[in-house]
Amino acid sequence: MLASILASGLAVGAIYALIGITYNTMFATSRVMSFTAGQLGMLGGVFGSLFMLRLGWPPVIGLLASLGACALIGVVTEIVAVRPVLKSLEQHLYVLSTLALALMIQQVTAIEWSTEPQPFPKLFGIGSGVFDEKFWLPLVACGLTIAGLELLYRKTLVGRAFLAVAEDNFAARALGLPERNLRIASYALAGAIGGLAGFAGGQLLLAFFANGPLLNFYGFVPVALGGLGNNRGAVIGGLALGVFQQAANFLVGGIFSSVAVFVLFIVVLLAAPQGLFGAPAARRV
Amino acid sequence: MPDTSQPTIHSDAPADIGWRVVLPKVLPLVALFIFAVLLPLTDNEYWALITTRAAIYWVLVAGLNLVVGYAGQLAIGYVALLTLGAYTTSVLAAGNVLPPLPTFVALAIAAVAGAVFGVVVGLPALRLRTFYFAMATLGFATIVTQVALAWEGVTGGGIGISGPEMPAPFNTAWGFLYLCLALAAMVTWATSNVAKSRFGRALIAVRDADVAAEANGISKPKLFVTIFLFSGAVAAVAGGLFASLQTYITPDAFTFELSLLFFIAVLIGGRGSILGPLIGTIILTILPEIAAPLAAWSTFLYAALLLIIVLAMPGGIAALLDFKNRKPLQSDRAIKPRPTLLGEILKRSGAGRPMTLKGIVLTFGGVRAIDGLDLNIQPGQVHGLIGPNGSGKTTTLNVISGYYAPQEGEVRLNSPLARGAPETRAGHGIARTFQTPRIVGEASVIDNVMIGGWIEGQSSFVETLMSLPRHRQDERSLEAAARLALRAVGLEELADVRADRLQHSELRFVEIARALMLKPAFLLLDEPAAGLATDEIERLGQLIKEISRQGTGVLLVEHHADLIFDICDEVTVLNLGRVLANGTPAEIRVHKEVISAYLGA
Repeated sequence: MLASILASGLAVGAIYALIGITYNTMFATSRVMSFTAGQLGMLGGVFGSLFMLRLGWPPVIGLLASLGACALIGVVTEIVAVRPVLKSLEQHLYVLSTLALALMIQQVTAIEWSTEPQPFPKLFGIGSGVFDEKFWLPLVACGLTIAGLELLYRKTLVGRAFLAVAEDNFAARALGLPERNLRIASYALAGAIGGLAGFAGGQLLLAFFANGPLLNFYGFVPVALGGLGNNRGAVIGGLALGVFQQAANFLVGGIFSSVAVFVLFIVVLLAAPQGLFGAPAARRV
Repeated sequence: MPDTSQPTIHSDAPADIGWRVVLPKVLPLVALFIFAVLLPLTDNEYWALITTRAAIYWVLVAGLNLVVGYAGQLAIGYVALLTLGAYTTSVLAAGNVLPPLPTFVALAIAAVAGAVFGVVVGLPALRLRTFYFAMATLGFATIVTQVALAWEGVTGGGIGISGPEMPAPFNTAWGFLYLCLALAAMVTWATSNVAKSRFGRALIAVRDADVAAEANGISKPKLFVTIFLFSGAVAAVAGGLFASLQTYITPDAFTFELSLLFFIAVLIGGRGSILGPLIGTIILTILPEIAAPLAAWSTFLYAALLLIIVLAMPGGIAALLDFKNRKPLQSDRAIKPRPTLLGEILKRSGAGRPMTLKGIVLTFGGVRAIDGLDLNIQPGQVHGLIGPNGSGKTTTLNVISGYYAPQEGEVRLNSPLARGAPETRAGHGIARTFQTPRIVGEASVIDNVMIGGWIEGQSSFVETLMSLPRHRQDERSLEAAARLALRAVGLEELADVRADRLQHSELRFVEIARALMLKPAFLLLDEPAAGLATDEIERLGQLIKEISRQGTGVLLVEHHADLIFDICDEVTVLNLGRVLANGTPAEIRVHKEVISAYLGA
């Protein structure tokens, strides 16, 4: 039982962590928390199932097409819901615009795809029991994403430009960095990461339109607890959350596990609104 | 319709002018109500159902409007409270737990439960910012539905439970409609009383200028608890009525879509308005009915509407209906203060004690922003505080106002003032203005000034809800005082204009008027002359001088050396968080170190 708690806990935890990284990647270049993060995860599963099961494409093409489609949704998010409100003095408008877009995505999926969970194909057929691919795929995806991001941020010029914009938007623009293009690129990247989360977790979560809000919330919890923009916090928090949730699931039942996660979330946030590894608030006066 | 909210009568204006102002605001509400009351003439029960539903939704939205539209909190998950109210009423009326209770008793208990949970859902708003709070309310909405699903013994789980039956004469479609309409009219009346009271103004102050709200003595926690209690209670009552309308409820009835409807109704209507969200609620309730083929797309429709509102018309319906503020303002207007009126405003009894700062040390990380500062501010004097950028002038004001808690030292006014705790300062008679004016742009100038009189208000929230005499007395005296303060600073012509239409220099004088509402013993002015024209600075100087003659101690942070040397009785020069020199303007003007460090030569 311990093994299965760990296996499923780490697997969903890795999905949450990836959604957390999706939030962070969008946040880094725009200071916007987008409600579309969870929808991207949902879409990763739906696109994967659509391309591979309904259209019968091979897994590699299916993966690339899913990531591409999700990256496109990421760019649409930037254009429709983020860019128009960035200039606004009202700090909270992005909450509403991204919420609206997220709901539109979800509703279109429900109507055009299905309101029932649809199966997601096996990719490799390797492993069984607690080593089934549905458990290790998300972990591998999460590991690859982290390694890829590290490479991007440390070794490439584009990655460093990302960091520069994330660190100080104004200074980066003063240096002549193409801030807008970098923002679009980061939204595309975030879209692909969210899509990967859904694709890798497809066999676990299935291709289901209602996964969006769920992933939104459980992906946000590690970000909120770890501190905004902190990918390490998101991964540690995500894995811990997954294991905690699955343990509670096995021990006290599903509904109480969501109550437990919610209570934990609120209590920690009330005690440390900046997250456990976050920076203190800016001055107000 | 009981919406005959008391007109606010200016002390020296004839009473019928108040009516002329109020009537256009009340008329649309009355018209809507009469229309709904006459519906039985159609003898069409389908319309009774739709109207009843709209009325029930409005009972919830009216309360939520105070949270979202006035306090500016993004409470997306209010369906949680509807669910709670629906189940509490149904369970108590059905007798699943206790012996069956009469429906109205069950409704009353649901209201109490809703009030308590309203606070539980809402309180994270005190610590969490926008997105976080939105997420928290969303999470709460999910949890409540899941609990309803799991707690089979009480709620019937997925199978559900019958809604409460209404006693006669409310057990027919039309009787029930009238009951819901009466409740809707009551909450309309009550929330518009709140909106036009010091509570309503305090809410928008917290929303748009929270720093200024604290300086005026508004305690956000107390205010929010009050509002969450109220909106939670009415939301739960709406839930009870909803359950009765549905006749049978399952957790599926409480979709997130419903939550969205409530939230978007407020935003479509526009923030800080009652009529706007009411129209929004009606539109959103009717929309899926008249566009039946679109029913499956209703969430999409709501979301698209939300996006359009956010991107294209953030002011909502209320901004469309705001004809008064489209008239252009006179362009060559001048601010002509009347310092002679100050005596009437600042009636302070007896000579006050000085305010003293002793050994104040404040560090940010390794930087000693204030490094052992002593300062004496005498009542009835203008005390100038000058120094180069970064010398700690504004920081000193912030320590006095309680925004920063110093690591060492104390601020004394008779007794030591609490460290931090900016909301306690107004009670000590300490008022202030800000380097960048902290004004509620969406409120009228007079409302902004009236915010300054928050602690003078006597009426409790419940008295305000029901517009009892003490509330009306409060409003009359606050408005009279605010008009007087505006006359004193020379802005009475602009009293009813939206504050964001004013020029920067005018906003500075609005802030001074707001500060005068407190009848301050000490007035802290943070660069009041910045951005003013030369003649305006001169008039400002006279105004400040006259304020100090009334016994108020003025602490003036300013870069205009002329103004400082013209009107100050005493000047302190700061450098690197320490006092460099202290003395009369004449002494400072010739002080060697000051000249080399600051004045330049």
